[in-house]
This record gives sequence, C-alpha cells and structure tokens, in this order.
Amino acid sequence: MLHTIIKENAYQDSIVLMLLTNKISTMDHVNRVSIMMGTPANKDIFGGSGLRTAELEAASANDMAIVLDTDEASIIDAVLAEVDEFLTSQSISDDEVAEESVRTWDKAMKLGKDANMAMLSIPGTYAALEAEKALDEGLNTFIFSDNMTIEDELHLKQKAHEKGLLVMGPDCGTGIINGVPMAFTNIVRPGRIGIVGASGTGIQEVSTIIDKLGAGVTNAIGTGGRDLSEKIGGITMLDSIAALENDQNTDVIVVISKPPAKVVRDKVVALLRKVSKPVVAIFLGEKPTHHEENLYFAYTLEETAELAVAALNGTEIKAIEAELSLPVVHLQENQTHIKGYYSGGTLASEAGMLIADALALKEGLIKQDGFVLKTGGHEVIDLGDDMYTQGKPHPMIDPEKRIEMLKAAAGDPETAIILLDVVLGYGAHDDMASQLAPAIKEVKETAKAAGRELVVLGTVVGTKSDPQNLFRQKEILEEAGVIVCDSNNKAVRTALAILDHEVKDTDKKVEKELATTDAVIPVVSEKVTALLQTKPEVINLGLKSFSEAIRETGGKAVQFDWRPAAGGDVTLQKVLYFLDHYTAK
Amino acid sequence: MTYQTIDEANKAVAAKVVASAPFLLDVVSAKQVIPVLEGKVLLHAGPPIKWENMTEPMQGSCIGAVLFEEWAADEASAKALLESGAIEFMPCHHVDAVGPMGGITSGNMPVFVVENKTDKNVAYCTMNEGIGAVLRFGAYSEEVVNRLRWMRDVLGPALSKVLHTLANGMNLNVMIAKAIAMGDEFHQRNIAASLAFLKEVAPILVDIEMDEAERKQVMKFLADTDQFFLNIMMAASKAVMDGARMIQEGTIVTAMCRNGENFGIRISGMGDEWFTAPVNTPQGLYFTGYSGEDANPDIGDSAITETFGVGGMAMIAAPAVTRFVGTGGFGDALAISNEMMEIVIDRNPNFTVPTWDFQGICLGIDARKVVETGITPVINTGIAHKKAGVGQIGAGTVHPPLACFEKAIVAYAKKLGMSI
Repeated sequence: MLHTIIKENAYQDSIVLMLLTNKISTMDHVNRVSIMMGTPANKDIFGGSGLRTAELEAASANDMAIVLDTDEASIIDAVLAEVDEFLTSQSISDDEVAEESVRTWDKAMKLGKDANMAMLSIPGTYAALEAEKALDEGLNTFIFSDNMTIEDELHLKQKAHEKGLLVMGPDCGTGIINGVPMAFTNIVRPGRIGIVGASGTGIQEVSTIIDKLGAGVTNAIGTGGRDLSEKIGGITMLDSIAALENDQNTDVIVVISKPPAKVVRDKVVALLRKVSKPVVAIFLGEKPTHHEENLYFAYTLEETAELAVAALNGTEIKAIEAELSLPVVHLQENQTHIKGYYSGGTLASEAGMLIADALALKEGLIKQDGFVLKTGGHEVIDLGDDMYTQGKPHPMIDPEKRIEMLKAAAGDPETAIILLDVVLGYGAHDDMASQLAPAIKEVKETAKAAGRELVVLGTVVGTKSDPQNLFRQKEILEEAGVIVCDSNNKAVRTALAILDHEVKDTDKKVEKELATTDAVIPVVSEKVTALLQTKPEVINLGLKSFSEAIRETGGKAVQFDWRPAAGGDVTLQKVLYFLDHYTAK
Repeated sequence: MTYQTIDEANKAVAAKVVASAPFLLDVVSAKQVIPVLEGKVLLHAGPPIKWENMTEPMQGSCIGAVLFEEWAADEASAKALLESGAIEFMPCHHVDAVGPMGGITSGNMPVFVVENKTDKNVAYCTMNEGIGAVLRFGAYSEEVVNRLRWMRDVLGPALSKVLHTLANGMNLNVMIAKAIAMGDEFHQRNIAASLAFLKEVAPILVDIEMDEAERKQVMKFLADTDQFFLNIMMAASKAVMDGARMIQEGTIVTAMCRNGENFGIRISGMGDEWFTAPVNTPQGLYFTGYSGEDANPDIGDSAITETFGVGGMAMIAAPAVTRFVGTGGFGDALAISNEMMEIVIDRNPNFTVPTWDFQGICLGIDARKVVETGITPVINTGIAHKKAGVGQIGAGTVHPPLACFEKAIVAYAKKLGMSI
C-alpha cells in the first residue's frame, strides 16, 4: 500500500534525493519508494512509476515528497528516521584525497618539472621506448628493467652520450645518487668514494663494506652488465668515470666489473690512468699481479673496499691479510664439499672464483643453468639467475628456492659446508634471516641426527642503517647456528680453510704503467654534473616502492603509473610513434 | 602540412578555441538558416543512421516531428511515412547544427543562432523543452506537439525580438565564465546560466510588444526550465569547435556525438570524416521504478559540450552534480577532472574553476593521448528510457568507445603517409 509523506519547505537537490531513494529502497519491508521535490514535472515522474497518490497533489515545488510502497505501515517511522539521518550526514567520510596519479609523460613532467632522472621498472619490451622518451625529456635514465636488446641499449647510450646524459642499465639493480638509494640498495653512509660498476651485488658488497670500515659513498652508478661488451664499448662506464673525476665531492673512484672485452678493458684502463683521483679497480675473476701509480687493482670485493678506504685515508696500500678466526668443527671424513646458494650474482661469482683458485680447479667458472661452479662435488649457484626467476620472485625477496636447495644439500652426506648470503636494503625482503633461520636449524639438526656436523657459513650484505638492520639480521642467523662473516670473501675463505684449503694472495707492488696512451677524459655535461651533486628528483615508471624509498631518503619522486601505451597494441603504438614524431617536409 | 608537427597543429587548433567569441544572435525557424529543411528532411543526433537502426526514443521523436510538421495526421501514418523512406535523415552536424538526445530537428522548429565572431561561422540548436514528456526523449503526445507549436509561435519569436534589441547579440563567453563560477558544468547542471540568461532577457521581455498572456507564459517557461541554457551552450560549443576545425591538421577532437547506435568523433586533421563505434550505455542514478535495464544506449549531440571542455570534462566545477559519478564525493570528482587533464593538451584560461583552485577548464582533447592512455573523456548525460515517450529515467555518466579514437589516429597516420 502507498503512503505519502510530505516534508514541507525541505528543499534538497535532486541528486541527493536520488541517492536517498536508493538508500531507503534497501530497507526491509520497503517494496518501492520515491523521494522527490513536489514539482509538477516530478509528479509526472511519480506517475510514471505508478506512485502518484492523491496526497501528493498537495505538495508544492518546495516540499519534499516521499511516496512509500510497503505492507508494513509500522516501518514509516524508521524510514523517516533514516531519511533525517541521511540528510544530516551527507558529507562523505572516506574522502581521502589520494596522491595524484600520472599516466602520461606530459603530466609527469608538469608535476616533476625539476626532475633530473627517470627510473624504469617496466616490462623490458617497453623499456627502450620509454627510455627514449626520458632522454628526449632531458632526463638521465636509470633502467632497472631487463630483457632489452643490445641494439636498443647501444642506441640509447649513444643518444644519451650525445645529449650529455647518463643511461644506467639496463638490468641495473642498484645505485646511489648523492646519498639517495635507487632501486635495490643499501643505505650507505654518505662519504667521498664514488663507485661505478657493472654489477648490482658487487656494488652493494663494496659499498656496505666501505660503510662497515667507517667511510662513505657519494655516488654509485650502475652501468648494466653488458656495458663493457665490445658492442657497447663501455659508453656509460667511461662517461661515469669522467663524471666522478669531475665530481667535487668524490675523492676516490672505484670501478667494479667482470672481465671486459679486451679492447674495452684497454680503453677503460687508459682512461683510469689519465684520471687525477686515486682509482681502485676490480675486474672480478682476474687475479691482478701489481698496482699502477694511483691505480690499484683488487682481487676480491672486500679488498676493493679496503683499498678504496686506504686510498681515501692516504694510508699505505698493501696486501690485505685476511685474518680468519676459524670455528671448531668436526667433520666426517667424507664431508668434503662446499655448496653455495646465493641470491647475489656477483657474490656467487666471487665465491666460485675463490674456490676454483684455492682448489686449483682446471675448469674455472661456468654460467650454465644458474651454476657458477660445479666441479668435484662443489657447487655454487646464483639463484637470481633467469633460470630460477622465470615467473617467480627474486631470491632476495622469496626464500622458497633457497630453502629447497638447503634441504637437498644437507641430505647429501658429503656436504661439509653451505655458503649463503643475505642481502639487505630497499627492495629486499623485510626479514630474510627469520625466513631462513628455521630451515637452517632444521637441516643442522637433521645432519646431527645422522651423525654429521653441517657447517653453514654466511654473510649479510647491509648496513646498520638499512631498514632490516644489519645487526639484528646477523643475530637471527647466528641464533640459528650460522657462522656469519663480515664479507663474502671471508666467508668463502673460512669455508676453504675449514677444509684445509687456502687462497694465496699476491703481494702487489706499484709498477710504472707499461705504455702511455692518449686517453681523453670525456667532457662532463652540466646535467650529469648536477645529477651527482643534488638530491635526485625522479620520474619513477613502474614499481611504486622505488618512489617511496627515494622520498624517504630525501629525494623527490613522481610516481608514473605506467601502462603499455594503447593497451599494448603494437600497431597503435607504431601509429602513435609515427604521429608523435611526424615532421612536415 | 602547414604546421611542422602535430603538436604545433594541435596548439593552433586549441588557440582558436581560446580565441573564439560565441554570441547568441537570434532565434529563427530552422529552415530559414538550414535550407535543406525546406524539404522532407529530419536532422538527428550523432553520426549518420538509418531509420531501422534508430532506437525507440529517436524514432518516437521522428514521429513527433512528422506530426508537428503535419506531414501525417496520426501516429500510424507518421510511422508508415517514416518507414517508407520518403523522409530523408541527416546528422545535425552536417548542417552546422547540434541536437540534444534524439536531436530530431525539422524545418519549423525554432533554433538558436550562435555566431563565433572570431571565425564568422554560425551554429544552431533547438530550444530546451523542459523536462517530463518531451520530444527529445521520444515523446510525441498531443502535449508534446502542442508545446513545440507554442515554442514555434510564441517563445521563439519573443526571444528573437529580445535578441534583436541587442546591438551585437548576447556575449556567451561572459555568461559561461560567470556561471561556471556559480557551479554549472553546462551539461548536467545549467541552472546558474539559465538564470543569468533570464536576468538578461527579463528586463527586455517586459518591454517588447506582445500579447500579455503570452508574455507571462514565456517568463514562466524560462523561469521553470533549469536546463534552458544547455541548448545555447551546445550551439556555442558547436560554433567554437567548428571555428577551430577550420585548421584541418592535428589530432584534436572537434566533435563527439551519439545516435543511440554509434558514437562518432571527428578530429581536426580528418575534417568531416566520422570515426564510429557502438555506443556504451550510461551509468548513473535512476528514478524510482527504473534501472539500467530500461536505459536507452547513449544518445545525443550534447557531448559537444565535453568536446569544448565543459560537461563531464569540468565535473569539478559543479560540486552539486559530482555524486552522479558514483558513490563518491568531491574527492572523486577532483580525481576525475585531474585524470581528464591527461588527455587534453592544455587549459582554457577563459573559464577558470573556483573549486579547481581557479585553474582553467580542459582544452583540446588529443585523440593520441586518449589512445595512448586508454583514458576516454567522461560525458555527463541524461538517461532516456529505451521505450519511446517514457522520457528521462535518470542521469549519470558515459564514456565513448576507445575504438573511435583508435580509428581516427590510424586514418590520420595513413593520410600523413604511414603505411599500416
């Protein structure tokens, strides 16, 4: 039955009344309801809904008319109470004005008009195009994305070089720009050592050891793993060395790389000889025999850090004697194998290198199915290799694969020592030590039950300022029975020493350089100079957490919620590119 | 191309929008200014459409127009005439006109004449009939046809006389700027502009020579019709966008319209060509007893207001209607307007929005940006019942199909020599 309630002189906007009608119609026992101002036109609409009652005719345009169809006249009071409640509390409470979303370069550049860098963590197939746009906008470009073709990389780096910009990456996992951490990075004390490196965890290990030694870092520039290939020719490496030479806040330069192509190595070394600041270089895998004047060559990442700090402090450059405090362990006779399960690729390589050296293994390092070393029962695996990360999170974030590996290795009676790393910093797991600890305890106990002692040796790459806190992570691992060393180098040497093996160090003398070359230090643009000397302002395409980390540490970031242009339609993308770059003849 | 790049061309098109100066000059019979309407021709909203593909409200409007023009005496013979193919259908847009909802316009209907003084081009639109049973929603009862006759015989001539007393016509930019500051977005909400219009008209209307009873009728109709200014705004937007598209280069959207079957857009670089795709159905709030199932698919030329930069594109200007966008409030409206900024090339400094920190309204929808981001313009709209004559059953928002914009930029790239 229809009930009509007229609220005289109670004007409300029609939208408010439509929302109110929707609300009331959800109440129990309400068959239908319509609430409108009593204008003639609205009365027709009441009529259209079959709700035009005789009482309604009395309503004026300034009266609110409620026509209620219900079989329970008793609910009318509840309805009126609900109406009053709605009308008195119209303000919408969840009105939190969200951070402005950005979907186009135009808007990104408007919001970040002083931006000096773009950061890309988007699918690799799109990264080249977006990096090109970033360079067109005059931004230095940090490419976290991988799977970019080497042709695209070359093109971007040549373009950047011509424009006086830096391209860091692709596949650049880490960086520090004037003290602000980029992507997967530790919070390293600000200081006067500048790093340029072709490897992510290599930079992390060296910079955190520098931090542990009490010194600090100005900038850490990642070049991407292929920069020193013959094809790319070290464009970013050479420009970065020049930039650090030019940077007034940098006193010592560190260069980290896997052994480069011969021609590129010569080019890089020639430039390093020309540089006025002391340089420490590591071509990981090469065992250097000597230093040059003002140019020191390191064998391990730890030595790199120590030489850099010594050069900074002006103390004597000498061979580093690794003082190992050997734990007392009782291995069974057949326990002779070392197994390394790493989340950091460069740390895995370093472990493989040291083991191969100490054991004088004929087959050196390999790169096959994630194995860095696999010989004579010893194995070192990089769990961050593509083979393990296809469709799965990186082992710095996800402990699952490593736990599986630990358990398998512990079940092998010939396993003596398990080596592992825990990498801290932005982007890494909040508490990896606690994730691994139960599994480590378990495997040690299982081995014990089988009458063996299983040694687990590890290193924590991080600083006390990292979000996870170095000391706390170390403690958790130690409680689980892990012997935690200060560096990966020490951890591996300790493992070797337990098995009565030793890495022989060369006492390197400073020798005059063999041949003089006419290297020219590349000109450093104003933009690159400014990049290294100001807090970065970043247009961040992709992972939101990168923006947050930059903001937390004093930089500025505009979060660009990137999606593939034209919904990923390649033809339309080409059309857009054509139109965007069309120039009339 | 005259311009070096598409960005340059787009800036030139947008500059014309900013420089435009629409003036309301007159109200005249449509056939006086649209000669094709001397014949048995009906104009309709949207891109071209055949009788058999029209949704019921548009067909109902056609019946009403045939009865109004007295081409047939009753509904059945009107329908037979329309089905016979003896009546030619033509988009309003093809004759410098725009029409709300069905957009059905016939020769004897009075239309607003708006001139863009900057480019000397003119645009037309029928007058708003008020709400309830109205032709634009497909009603064709005696009441509807009689109102059309009254508009032809009384309202139109009266407004014409009023406008003739003004030396240069009525400066619409001034009224738009005032009303946007009073909370109109000119599609869903025109009450401030309609009252501003009445304020200009009333002192003159009381003085002109006309029947006293009719004078009262006119005054009451203008006072009662909250959306009266909408049709003026549509003609103004059409005049401005047609002036701007005299530059036939670039990717600025120069028209958006719908016929209940297809959504059509034009871009500056492709001149008169329509790029169409099936329309969406609006989302919004419904009057009691109706739901989305009763809604007619998107219809009307009124999206010309969004093309110009008002309507849904200026949602934030009209806090009172923001809640049509969903259950949210001011914050949602702000987010929507900010999002719309991603697909336009600039802001129009002539029309600043107080609730948007006095920033200008959106200027120049770039079809490239729409395709790149997948963000389509938001259009505020009335919702018609899918059955002819029931009328308006709600209001809300609707988006154009992305395919229109995709087709447009592909065609333009081809025109510029890209082989696809």
